[in-house]
Amino acid sequence: MAGVQVSDVSRSFGAHKALDNVSIDFADGGFYALLGPSGSGKTTLLRQIAGFDFPDSGRITIGGESVERVPVEKRRIGMVFQNYALFPNMSVADNVAFGLSVRGEARAIIATEVQRALDLVQLGKLGGRRPHQLSGGQRQRVALARAIVTKPRVLLLDEPLGALDKALRVDMQIELKRIQREIGITTIFVTHDQEEALTMSDRIGILRDGRLVQEGPPEEIYDRPKSEFAATFLGDANIFRGDTTGDGIRLPDGTAIAAGAGAKLAAGAKASCAVRPERIRIATDAGAPDGTANMLKGQVSKRIFAGNNSTYFVERGGQTLKVIVQNTGVDRLAEGQDVVLRWSPESTVLIAAG
Amino acid sequence: MAAATASRSGLRSALPLLAPAYLWLTVAIFLPLSAMVFFSFMTELPLSGKPWAFTLGNYAAFFSQSLYLTLLLASLRLGLEVTLWCVVIGYPAAYVLAKVLKGRSREAIFLLVILPFWSNGLVRIFSWAMVLREGGILDTALNAVLPFKINIDLMYSYPAVIIGLVHSYVPYMVLTCYLTLQAIDDSLIEAGRSLGASRLQVLKRVIIPLSMPGLVAGAALIFVPVVGSFMEPRILGGRTGTFYGTVIEDQFVAVFNWPLGAALSFILLAVVLVILAVASPVLRRAA
Ligand SMILES: Nc1ncnc2c1ncn2[C@@H]1O[C@H](COP(=O)(O)OP(=O)(O)OP(=O)(O)O)[C@@H](O)[C@H]1O
Ligand SMILES: [Mg+2]
Repeated sequence: MAGVQVSDVSRSFGAHKALDNVSIDFADGGFYALLGPSGSGKTTLLRQIAGFDFPDSGRITIGGESVERVPVEKRRIGMVFQNYALFPNMSVADNVAFGLSVRGEARAIIATEVQRALDLVQLGKLGGRRPHQLSGGQRQRVALARAIVTKPRVLLLDEPLGALDKALRVDMQIELKRIQREIGITTIFVTHDQEEALTMSDRIGILRDGRLVQEGPPEEIYDRPKSEFAATFLGDANIFRGDTTGDGIRLPDGTAIAAGAGAKLAAGAKASCAVRPERIRIATDAGAPDGTANMLKGQVSKRIFAGNNSTYFVERGGQTLKVIVQNTGVDRLAEGQDVVLRWSPESTVLIAAG
Repeated sequence: MAAATASRSGLRSALPLLAPAYLWLTVAIFLPLSAMVFFSFMTELPLSGKPWAFTLGNYAAFFSQSLYLTLLLASLRLGLEVTLWCVVIGYPAAYVLAKVLKGRSREAIFLLVILPFWSNGLVRIFSWAMVLREGGILDTALNAVLPFKINIDLMYSYPAVIIGLVHSYVPYMVLTCYLTLQAIDDSLIEAGRSLGASRLQVLKRVIIPLSMPGLVAGAALIFVPVVGSFMEPRILGGRTGTFYGTVIEDQFVAVFNWPLGAALSFILLAVVLVILAVASPVLRRAA
């Protein structure tokens, strides 16, 4: 096992900067999700680490050693491709055996290791099949077994669950996480799916246009996004824009919004505040003012009932705000109703403009 | 039931499309070929009122004179050698075209590969004659560059025949291999490398097995006509260029013994078919 350090890596294709000075420390044994919109450079970053492509500048180390001059086959990585890339001319068992066999392992060892890897992904009985005789989820598991059987130092996964339907996807997420814990391998996981990133990883990096926008544990990124992009890309957020007052902002109509303690910006500059929809309380009357809470008046324009919760869209000063309320069986509000929204400054994140 | 109806009506609607091809095949191949089968069992051509009878003598001739068998073996060897050279030259070229070059340069190289197809066979062969003979282009060029005097006269030799035939047939190998290589997803190559295989190991274990159908198709397309070839052996081989194909040609254009020529042709056809029937499953299993 080994950690991976990416330091100041840049890679351009013609005039297009696919990676722009990216630095990430992938901890030994950690599960790291790379998240970002299409074309943000996720695959490109993975290919630099794997050695299929080389950075124009910057440094990559695996287990503390620079891999600048190390070809793919010597990097001891395992990779799962988006399309699985199983060898169609070989059986499932031969696919899994490939890495051991090119290394020249003894036949008996190969047979037991392959069986163990197939058992791990719960495909012990399908070794004799051909890849085209498997379902999507089974192929994905074969690809995983093939990648881990060689005991790589790092496991790279490029949207491995992208082609699966929702139910199978959740199953595979649990299984992948179980296997990762069991063998404790450093894992870098590329995904489009924010929920997948939040539930599976212990660190998340968000890429945009080849730049690392923010990185950290899921809770930190979700609770304290550093940009409007991070706030809206990972989860939902209501964004208010205005001028900073030091520890909050003043909206153009004069309403003040207070942000949590510790958030400080020079007064007068442009800034925004982000609030998660589930942090806002919604009521029909103002109730007793408590002095600290942020408060806005608005009108419910739409309500979407989703079983365990409801989403209310509230019109306020030309802006549509989103509020998510747990289903407690009471306080259901009708569309068109005037409401009061309240949330605490601790639930409000102050974000510098730009 | 529904499926059967559908496929039958599919066939019926396809008939107008298939008809011209079948008609053409009947007229252009089946009729002349059956005439040839007929000839091969006759003592004489039924021209100018000569008397003729049915005989097996033309086929017996092949077995009574060892010359025919010797020439057939020489032709088979020629076919094998030319096919091997086409693999050696054509496969790497196809690989580079399919997996290394992109865009403009691929188109340009493709054009160079296809060019022999578009030039007349005789022109092609006589150009080689100009290159290969003593005092020809190759001889002159080498002597202009090299500090010592060497004599290059490849004309009328076995190598000249090989060179001419390989040049004529290598595009088939490039095309069939290019098609199968291009269909191989690049991520398979990357997967192999990430599992610790060197480029050579990936080539051996993944790429060659997956492109075997192209190799087999190319080999069949080359081997069969080369075994029966006569133009290149005659022009580039001179006196050393006597092969089974040139003997058959002689029967038709020089000696005017069509029945013997036809019989020899059918023996060749039978031998080639047997070789293909035996070789292709073996090759496919090796893949
Ligand atoms: N070989 C290449 N040649 C030219 N441009 C490339 C190449 N590979 C990637 N790019 C460009 O680099 C940018 C980043 O591509 P990359 O494949 O890393 O995106 P991604 O984040 O993986 O996107 P997706 O989520 O759609 O897979 C894109 O704009 C892409 O067009
Ligand atoms: Mg990608």
